[in-house]
Amino acid sequence: MERLNPNSRRDAYGSKINRDHSLALVYGIPWLTIMLGSLTPLLPIIAPAPVFPPLGYIMLLGWRLSRPGLLPMWAGLPLGLVDDLFSGQPLGCGVLLFSLTMIGLELLEARFPWRNFWQDWLLACILVPIYLVVAALLSGTGFALSQLYLLIPQILLSLVAFPIVVSLVSVLDRLRLRRFKPMFR
Amino acid sequence: MAPPTTKQQRSGSNKKAQLGLFTSYVAATLGAVLGVLLLAVSLMRPEAFSGLRSMAADATAPVGEAGAATRVGTRNFFEAIAGYYEAGSRNAELEEELAIARVRLVEAEALAQENQRLRGVLGLTESDVEPVAVARLIGSTSSSARRYAYLSAGRRDGVEPGMPVTSPMGLVGRVVEAGSSTSRVLLLTDTDSIVPVRRATDNVVAFAEGRADGSLRIRLINLGVNPLEVGDIFVTSGAGGMFHPGVAVAMVSEITDDGAVGQLLGNPAATDVVVVQPIWQRQLVEAAAEPVTAPTPGPTPEAPGE
Repeated sequence: MERLNPNSRRDAYGSKINRDHSLALVYGIPWLTIMLGSLTPLLPIIAPAPVFPPLGYIMLLGWRLSRPGLLPMWAGLPLGLVDDLFSGQPLGCGVLLFSLTMIGLELLEARFPWRNFWQDWLLACILVPIYLVVAALLSGTGFALSQLYLLIPQILLSLVAFPIVVSLVSVLDRLRLRRFKPMFR
Repeated sequence: MAPPTTKQQRSGSNKKAQLGLFTSYVAATLGAVLGVLLLAVSLMRPEAFSGLRSMAADATAPVGEAGAATRVGTRNFFEAIAGYYEAGSRNAELEEELAIARVRLVEAEALAQENQRLRGVLGLTESDVEPVAVARLIGSTSSSARRYAYLSAGRRDGVEPGMPVTSPMGLVGRVVEAGSSTSRVLLLTDTDSIVPVRRATDNVVAFAEGRADGSLRIRLINLGVNPLEVGDIFVTSGAGGMFHPGVAVAMVSEITDDGAVGQLLGNPAATDVVVVQPIWQRQLVEAAAEPVTAPTPGPTPEAPGE
């Protein structure tokens, strides 16, 4: 009887049979990377003014827009809480804004289910400035409307950061959906 | 292009899908409501969740400290990048030394004057301040409108809320929350920060308030003819009992109607190591109505939460 070449079902990673996603990666990576984004205050940058993009929020937007349905709608609560613990904002600001963003995106998703990257970026260009302005006004100090010009550099940096974050998300998504043999699962 | 959500049906008669969607809307709305409640509590009592925050900062401090160790000699985000293009690192070092020397000179003048005055009044001389702890700034809230920094020393090192934090160049801020191994410092540029100051050369007293953009607003207490000039150095006056007198704070860069705009001298981004000092007159601060944990530096005109 003719036999198959024993290497025909093998590739660089071993047997091609019986490989599957790792649940820890599939569901862990989005949560973990968004929380890592919220840790930016621990970067060794002592900023004299708000300059650094809110990476936690942009990461959330990136995952939510490029992988709809992956994060549950209530994800804004825990992720916002983690963000609040480090961001310097009064606790609850991130919880509120992250939750509202999740609800808003869900409603938008129902109306515009098919979007391309440019529309996602446009959406981020609307959401991120709103997030930054509202967060500044809720920051619990005398941050007056007349001081909002201070946020302009940060807003611009954030808008530029969005495509970078999205491409990072797509790289992470490939890692997330890697298939492993059962022993690594 | 990512496919739209397929798990949940938008329309149709699938009761289970409709219910699932409804439940997740309810959950998300509850999250938002909880956010509003938490926000209200923390706006009314800023110190309410300090324990939770300190715990989180303590847990992640090793990450920050590793990063802070690399931040030697760099000044801030942009200058750090520019440093790669300008090979004049030697020049920058000399410049920094010169700046420190300049500030030191003015501080010494201020101290000499302070000494003279105190001797005259009390017959006492100001002794050197014994630092509580020497630590690194391991990070700051660089994406928020608030200006906090994280310090790599906490209660274990004797740091307590209210203690002033200084750098060789001048005052940096004061501790507002202390965890076991990290603490949170309210930087001078935060809009909540108010420091009583006086001009180094004479006794023109003022308040230095943060403006959230890296500069300070110097508000004169005695209104009248504005005696300030560009280049004037302001040092802490010691009023309120929290900050030791004679520590450099700001240099006037622009004159306004009721005072001036000052540039921060103790730029926290330029310093690698900072010193935590004890509260100058503890009993005086404690005698104030608010506990030390509240962010009120003594006799502030509009102290929050009073």
